[in-house]
Amino acid sequence: MDLLTVLQILDSSVRSATPLLLAALAGLFSERAGIFDIGLEGKMLAAAFLSAAVAAVTGNVWIGLFAGIGASLALSAIHGLASITFRGNQLISGVAINFLAAGLTVVVAQSWFGQGGRTPQLSGGARFNPITLPFAETLRDVPVIGPIYYELISGHTVLVYIAMLMVPLSWWILYRTRFGLRLRAVGENPAAVDTAGVSVVGLRYAAVGICGVLCGIAGAQLATAEPAAGFVKDMTAGRGYIALAALIFAKWRPWYVLYACLLFGFLQAIALRPDLIQNAIGLRVQVQFLDALPYILTVIILAGFVGKAIPPRAGGEPYVKER
Amino acid sequence: MTAPAIELVGISKAFGPVQANKDISIRVMPGTIHGIIGENGAGKSTLMSILYGFYKADAGEIFINGKKTLIPDSQAAISAGIGMVFQHFKLVENFTVLENVVLGAEDGALLRPSLAKARTQLKQLAAEYELNVDPDALIEDIGVGMQQRVEILKALYRAADILILDEPTGVLTPAEADQLFRILGRLKAEGKTIILITHKLREIMEITDTVSVMRRGEMTATVKTAETSPPELAELMVGRKVLLRVDKKPANPGDVVLVVRDLNVTDAKGVHRLKGVSFAVRAGEIFGIAGVAGNGQSELLEVLGGYEKATGTVTVNLQEIDLTGAKSNGQTRRARGIAHVPEDRQREGLIMDFMAWENIAFGYHNDPKYQKNALLMDNDALRADAGGKMERFDVRPPNPKLQAKSFSGGNQQKIVLAREIERNPDLLLIGQPTRGVDIGAIEFIHQQIVALRDQGKAILLVSVELDEILSLSDRIAVMFDGKMMGERLPADTNVKELGLLMAGITDTDRPHSVAEVEAKLAFAGGNPRKEV
Amino acid sequence: MEKMPKWADVLLVPLISLILAAFFSAIVILAIGESPVAALKIMVSGALGSTYAWGYTLYYATNFIFTGLAVAVAFHARMFNIGGEGQAMLGGLGVALVCLYIPWPHWSLALIGATAGAALFGAAWAAIPAFLQAKRGSHIVITTIMFNFIAAALLNYLLIGVLKPMGSMEPATPKFPAAVKLPSLHDILALVGIPFSKAAPANVAFLVAILACIAVWALIWRTRLGYQIRAFGHSEPAAKYAGINPTRMIMIAMLISGGLAGMMAVNNVMGEAERLVLNAVEGAGFIGIAVALMGRSHPLGVFLAAILFGFLYQGGAELGLATRIPRELIVVIQALVILFTGALDNMVRAPVERVFMAMRRPPKPETKLKAAK
Repeated sequence: MDLLTVLQILDSSVRSATPLLLAALAGLFSERAGIFDIGLEGKMLAAAFLSAAVAAVTGNVWIGLFAGIGASLALSAIHGLASITFRGNQLISGVAINFLAAGLTVVVAQSWFGQGGRTPQLSGGARFNPITLPFAETLRDVPVIGPIYYELISGHTVLVYIAMLMVPLSWWILYRTRFGLRLRAVGENPAAVDTAGVSVVGLRYAAVGICGVLCGIAGAQLATAEPAAGFVKDMTAGRGYIALAALIFAKWRPWYVLYACLLFGFLQAIALRPDLIQNAIGLRVQVQFLDALPYILTVIILAGFVGKAIPPRAGGEPYVKER
Repeated sequence: MTAPAIELVGISKAFGPVQANKDISIRVMPGTIHGIIGENGAGKSTLMSILYGFYKADAGEIFINGKKTLIPDSQAAISAGIGMVFQHFKLVENFTVLENVVLGAEDGALLRPSLAKARTQLKQLAAEYELNVDPDALIEDIGVGMQQRVEILKALYRAADILILDEPTGVLTPAEADQLFRILGRLKAEGKTIILITHKLREIMEITDTVSVMRRGEMTATVKTAETSPPELAELMVGRKVLLRVDKKPANPGDVVLVVRDLNVTDAKGVHRLKGVSFAVRAGEIFGIAGVAGNGQSELLEVLGGYEKATGTVTVNLQEIDLTGAKSNGQTRRARGIAHVPEDRQREGLIMDFMAWENIAFGYHNDPKYQKNALLMDNDALRADAGGKMERFDVRPPNPKLQAKSFSGGNQQKIVLAREIERNPDLLLIGQPTRGVDIGAIEFIHQQIVALRDQGKAILLVSVELDEILSLSDRIAVMFDGKMMGERLPADTNVKELGLLMAGITDTDRPHSVAEVEAKLAFAGGNPRKEV
Repeated sequence: MEKMPKWADVLLVPLISLILAAFFSAIVILAIGESPVAALKIMVSGALGSTYAWGYTLYYATNFIFTGLAVAVAFHARMFNIGGEGQAMLGGLGVALVCLYIPWPHWSLALIGATAGAALFGAAWAAIPAFLQAKRGSHIVITTIMFNFIAAALLNYLLIGVLKPMGSMEPATPKFPAAVKLPSLHDILALVGIPFSKAAPANVAFLVAILACIAVWALIWRTRLGYQIRAFGHSEPAAKYAGINPTRMIMIAMLISGGLAGMMAVNNVMGEAERLVLNAVEGAGFIGIAVALMGRSHPLGVFLAAILFGFLYQGGAELGLATRIPRELIVVIQALVILFTGALDNMVRAPVERVFMAMRRPPKPETKLKAAK
């Protein structure tokens, strides 16, 4: 395998990892605040649809992006209402949101565009285009560093770079700011936050809101920044659940979320090139096995065979002042 | 004249159909320690939670230093200079002490400066009030007493002038409690106002300047501590003269029923909970185990009840009991004649959502008399059985079709007692028999326990209420840190000595007592001295 | 003290939730420029207007009874089994293997064999998450979700590879032998002289589903095992105190749950498709969640809710054919039902409780005022 193939695979890994990363970081904020969210999938899907639809209509992908974030935020608001205000079951709420998005996107897409639940293909200003970083062309011929810079680091859409920047930013917010301290505390013991004079409800809504924004960007990335831009029915295809898996795999820590998402992105990338694996290890690996691998790895982590994944202690529990 | 630090006027609060506080008014003068005493459920904690903004009152006004103040949330209480140490601490377990202190009282959006400032301030506070805590220790790694200090530090860091403590000694040994009281004394000397909520008369007499008594959601009296006495306070608390002692004949012990030898328990976290516990209980006697909560009593009951694994030997009626095997569970224990009234009836003893008749079979659901055939249970038989038991144990209302959660604490406990006692067990394990139970039911429950003893049954009683232990037990043992600290006869001991034992101090300047007890306990194989 | 009468809890609250879900569905239909009334008419005639329509409605309902019961049984042990989808896929595999590789002399024996195979495979797929929950504390919601995806990958692999007949391009098993063809509702009702559509897929599995409802009811409310499962579901510490083994309860409840989900395959794989195809479950595993929530985890409630969803499913399909409304509308309705009966239960319940509390109290002016707030 030559360097170029390796770089192409890695490049495609980064691209596959981006929506996972954004969604997993979204889940990180929500779950660190004690609100479990299995509705990442639905929020991404809703955002994917609305961003593509609005981008297609306006021809401006940035308006599309904000529309996508809006769609995701609307679902976040439902999740917040159910799990914070009305103290409902967070898991059930997540399931409902996933179905709501799965159904509504197709119903509305059909009504608006009449293309069997798709949006038109996006091009030009209606989609995010790859950015060539400074000097990429000039450095291209420098051995090793040149191709790495050109193939792997340069040439992604702005959303990929935003996603990568979100990792240190999330870490910094969680561990270096007042907001982060309170957010982590509310996921561990909301009563401590409440008696310290800070609003549990406010914090949790803030966390769910951040989750909505990040899921929105994740969905927009899928629909408006992939090589074939545009929405198709059920286009998230379980990525929300893989993001959830990555979050657990990373034990709810930002940097590890990045590593987990890159790993899962890599698995998706090589699943598209079975020939490469066969060349590399001399064995034909079933594509289905690679598809299932993130889930299998997550089950193994959950089983505690590779260190224990301990979720935030107040996670999943609605906060009720004890009597 | 100075204005009161706190004045509450006409506070009322209802939780659904329960009126927790009824038109309560109270004045607390600055620089004093004011006690609030009352039975469980009298409304003390609710009242203070309202003052701290944790609950909202339905009616009433709050004045702080003479100024009318609205306290809709804890933030408002903190700004008004009020700090509160809850009975169940409100700490983030996997945060450091420093992070817990800073939480909610940060100086800016960034954390570092806040933490640095808190670190220096904690040093000052530590020096000022003897409140030493390692600021970088995780809460989950430090003891309960330390955690309580963190709670006090939290309040002081927020510059609280008024400090409310809710049942602060419940989790402390008498020695730790003494230290806490010294700290409170210092705080008072510095001009702070302190409200101490407790149900222990001793603490009120020891430290407070004034005391208010609550009963069933109402404030019955406020008096100067120096001008009152424990019997008077007790009467105010329950509304009538209280029998502080249980009427009972001397015990008539028979054969040894339960023998426990060298029992050891290590829990899932690797903490050594029981350390070589040995004792014996005879038929026809009540063996009481005193101790501060969390010193291994719960684990002891769980081992004997069949749901905690242990090493060592336990025999009932001279036959050994399997402590670790697959057959070591509540079912096999019951088959061996062990009945168990657990410490926490709402968590363990009852299924709160089950109806009373379903709860009557709980633990005995495999009993053939409750089965219709090999497949189905006989629900009619169950309902009939429940009706009879509830009648005999004076459960009110005696309606088997009500859910367990719709009964009062005392009546819930009577359902559990009816179920366990009417099994005619050889050995009854009973933990905290009267926790959260009103006085009327307490007397009934105590009578039932004594009656069972008089039928020649062996009874192992665990209680954190020293008075209960002293009045019910025929022999008393004290547990500390998973160990038995020695045994005493109720006639030969007193609260002070037991208190020392509860703190792990065994040289209680009674040189003769150890030998005495040892002689009486020769059969148990226990040696109180070796544990020291 | 109970806050409201039982009938209100069992009937009124779900009914209000359902009305809310219907209301929002109507808004969606309006928003895409169609008439909700016309849509409802098409759904009613398409799902209930003929024996052919009923045949489809009951066929879908049969699927949902099984998956709904599966979720309900797990709920009683306070386990949230989101893995019905995967368990039903594996149930399909069990049915396919039993039907393809055992030469059955008669459909009745094949039905018993296939039911056992379906239950066994479904239960096996639930067993690993159950074990991990019981022994390692791995959250069953997450593991069952993961197992849905693993099941999909596994079936994908098998149907593209080993199980596909030589020369076929379609990812599916060969057709089952004629001997295992289950009698349809047409055949059964003909015995008692009732005419019923021949073309509709409803079959004898519907009767199996009704039997399953009765069996689950007896299990949960009349047997010692059910007593123990419910006790464990309400309080794990109490179960330990009573000598009820938590590991055993989790395993048993989840095996029964997985088995029931798997048994759905008797209906869709054996009764209808007569071979195993990719994506045979079509989301019925997830609809089981809505059905169990709606039916308050009671077999009778599950039965009624399953019929309702059968109606929605069949009606929604007709809608897709007759109007511009895509059949995905039923996914929206399903989501709204889950939302209102499950996640937003308190929103619906609290006002109803307050009304009942206010009615019960003697009319004191001040309490009335407070209740109104």
